[in-house]
Amino acid sequence: MSHSSAQASAHSEHEHGQPAKGLTRWLYTTNHKDIGTLYLWFSFAMFLTGGCMALVIRSELFQPGLQLVQPEFFNQMTTLHGLIMVFGAVMPAFVGLANWMIPLMVGAPDMALPRMNNLSFWILPFAFAMLLSTLLMEGGGPNFGWTFYAPLSTTYAPPSVTFFIFSVHMMGISSIMGAINVVATTLNMRAPGMTMMKMPLFVWTWLITAFLLIAVMPVLAGVITMMLMDIHFGTSFFNAGGGGDPVLFQHLFWFFGHPEVYIMILPAFGIISHIVPTFSRKRLFGYASMVYATASIAFLSFIVWAHHMFTVGLPLAGELFFMYSTMLIAVPTGVKVFNWISTMFRGSLSFETPMLFAIGFIVLFTIGGFSGLMLAIAPADFQYHDTYFVVAHFHYVLVPGAIFSIIAGAYYWLPKWTGHMVDERLGRWHFWLSIIGVNLTFFPMHFLGLAGMPRRIPDYALQFADFNMIASIGGFLFGFSQLLFLYIVIKCIRSTDQAPDKPWEGAEGLEWQVPSPAPYHTFSTPPKVD
Amino acid sequence: MSSSSTAPANPLYFVPAQSHWPIITAIGLFLLMFGGGHLINHPDGLLKWSGLLGFLVIIWIFFGWFGAVVKESLSGLYSPQMDRSFRWGMRWFIFSEVMFFAAFFGALFYIRQLSIPWLGGDGAHQMTQILLWPDFVAHWPLINPPDEQAFAGPKAVIDPWHLPLVNTVLLLTSSITLTLAHHALKKGHRAQLASWLAITIGLGVLFLVIQAEEYIEAYTLLDLTLNSGVYGSTFFILTGFHGLHVTLGGIILLVMLIRIIKGHFTMQHHFGFEAAAWYWHFVDVVWLGLFLFVYVL
Repeated sequence: MSHSSAQASAHSEHEHGQPAKGLTRWLYTTNHKDIGTLYLWFSFAMFLTGGCMALVIRSELFQPGLQLVQPEFFNQMTTLHGLIMVFGAVMPAFVGLANWMIPLMVGAPDMALPRMNNLSFWILPFAFAMLLSTLLMEGGGPNFGWTFYAPLSTTYAPPSVTFFIFSVHMMGISSIMGAINVVATTLNMRAPGMTMMKMPLFVWTWLITAFLLIAVMPVLAGVITMMLMDIHFGTSFFNAGGGGDPVLFQHLFWFFGHPEVYIMILPAFGIISHIVPTFSRKRLFGYASMVYATASIAFLSFIVWAHHMFTVGLPLAGELFFMYSTMLIAVPTGVKVFNWISTMFRGSLSFETPMLFAIGFIVLFTIGGFSGLMLAIAPADFQYHDTYFVVAHFHYVLVPGAIFSIIAGAYYWLPKWTGHMVDERLGRWHFWLSIIGVNLTFFPMHFLGLAGMPRRIPDYALQFADFNMIASIGGFLFGFSQLLFLYIVIKCIRSTDQAPDKPWEGAEGLEWQVPSPAPYHTFSTPPKVD
Repeated sequence: MSSSSTAPANPLYFVPAQSHWPIITAIGLFLLMFGGGHLINHPDGLLKWSGLLGFLVIIWIFFGWFGAVVKESLSGLYSPQMDRSFRWGMRWFIFSEVMFFAAFFGALFYIRQLSIPWLGGDGAHQMTQILLWPDFVAHWPLINPPDEQAFAGPKAVIDPWHLPLVNTVLLLTSSITLTLAHHALKKGHRAQLASWLAITIGLGVLFLVIQAEEYIEAYTLLDLTLNSGVYGSTFFILTGFHGLHVTLGGIILLVMLIRIIKGHFTMQHHFGFEAAAWYWHFVDVVWLGLFLFVYVL
């Protein structure tokens, strides 16, 4: 064999299909299930970290006036909360699910490029350690909001912005490699007979997500490089004095940022498209239209970015173009919601925990979609821009949207991962506490925003006090409910309640044809799909 | 097959055993970035040296990890399906590079077509000019930036029909010689292959030398610097990143030349060479965009 000694020593374990022992199993692994597990635990750790920051924000906003933190620190909390939740919690969770499920769903022995897969993961802990270490640096951590608009993030940034830039570079490298792996796996590793239009929807949505990632993460890398040059090397990309333009930063950022939003929701659509048919005991209504709708959303995501910038002084033609193109997104998204509901229509429904979270997703994501439509109306957006209405909108699509779908997916696939059933009673508790907490937190923010409360401030006028208090109470309820989720997952891992190969009677797909828990190596010989 | 060691004579898919290379790469990348940050923020401190350490670790990775892949390939572990995975991987990597350059081209077009004319009061932006720099007149290439105190403009711009034209000819020729090398490889003419590849690398090196000369002239004769307004900014970021890619592509081609001299690659199986060629052609196409939009137009 042509391997180095470290690789050769792992051979004996591999011959029995067993994982290596000890820490090196996780450090050196090339196994998609191990890497998926690493991603999911990392994501959960970041979810709690970003969640603690959210609770600092909500504590400060519990009452008007400054109580707990300085405005400078408050700004660092809003910035890092956003960055950590987007890049550290939601994205890695979806990559973790992709790692675990895509090879199982397409009947592949592993991801296409397993060593690169390991690298994609292990970059992340280093990147986030560097990002979090900025909090301890002179001048504090990034304080310019997760969108890091120039010149706040250039001329007026704390010195730690350099480390912020490098940590985002590392996250980008990780994402691009992860996405390339998903594309190569999906296009090349499908079992014989699995044509593209027979692929499970989670695989389809992830394929399109991976395309978006490869297309826009390099643009993010480019824009932070220009920031670095402006800050340290005297260039003037975002400085009008030299002929540049701060608004150029926003164009480039949102050319990345808007597809990024769909990177965080398309895999969610995939997960929901698995769970709803299973617990409706029907086939998914409109499979092909789901695929085309996903592709349409991905295409549209590239031509709507300036709807984040209606108030910067775009030419009228720009305002109109971006307003109408944004509204077009409602069409394919509406197709999806229609299909999920039509799948449930006259199905024989049951409401296990994954289905509860999936239905919660459909209802609450749709509310987030509607507030998005309101924001898409350029003249109305002049009123809503930079208010809590925007905060309410994107938290509705991200928390009961993306995060509910991740939780739903976890409940759905935990029996396959651990070989044990989840405690249904506790799962329901988790669902009801989460859905009450989420709505208490974010629904009042719509009213706050419409009444004119600006986002990203540590203090506010007295008339906003009551709704802020409700939101803070809801925030703590939602946050602490997630500790129950942690308990449920640990309980499931340690449980003795053996799960059958197919724990959900209505489930379909290759992943349910392997034993529970899924053996360390699956589909060494590709299955035949007809 | 689930692992190389259990693979029969004709494996279905090669899944590598555990490997220490990825985690070392992650550590190397972290040291590089961490040291880079310290080099910029605290140039007097000692932590900047971690960047050098990270750089050395990454060089070591290139030998160790890629060396392991070469050995696996030579020992026949890779099936045609594995070959396709590599191909998809390389194609999408190049696409990501295209988008990286697209960000800088996008910035260039935005500045030329929108922000400079607006600073000059174009369209509905008369107030922009009156309130900011009333004396500013829109022009491109930007010789007189709006705020000439902060950004002293260049004396002149680079003449596209001297050094840049030579460089264009050099890179275009190198793409042709590389294709000749590829044809020689497919026909099994190893000596021709090595010569054409060596000529390609030589043309690449010559390109970089001329690029360096151009930068020196820009700084010394033209006062065209990073600090001379947005023309200098876009010029140096586009040509600079392109130059870095030529350097990387040249190193990749050099590795291919060493492998060819060692007798690697067959007439049928030579994806490493093909990937290197794809990358070189990509770098060539980017240059054409640069020549057109940065120098000529």
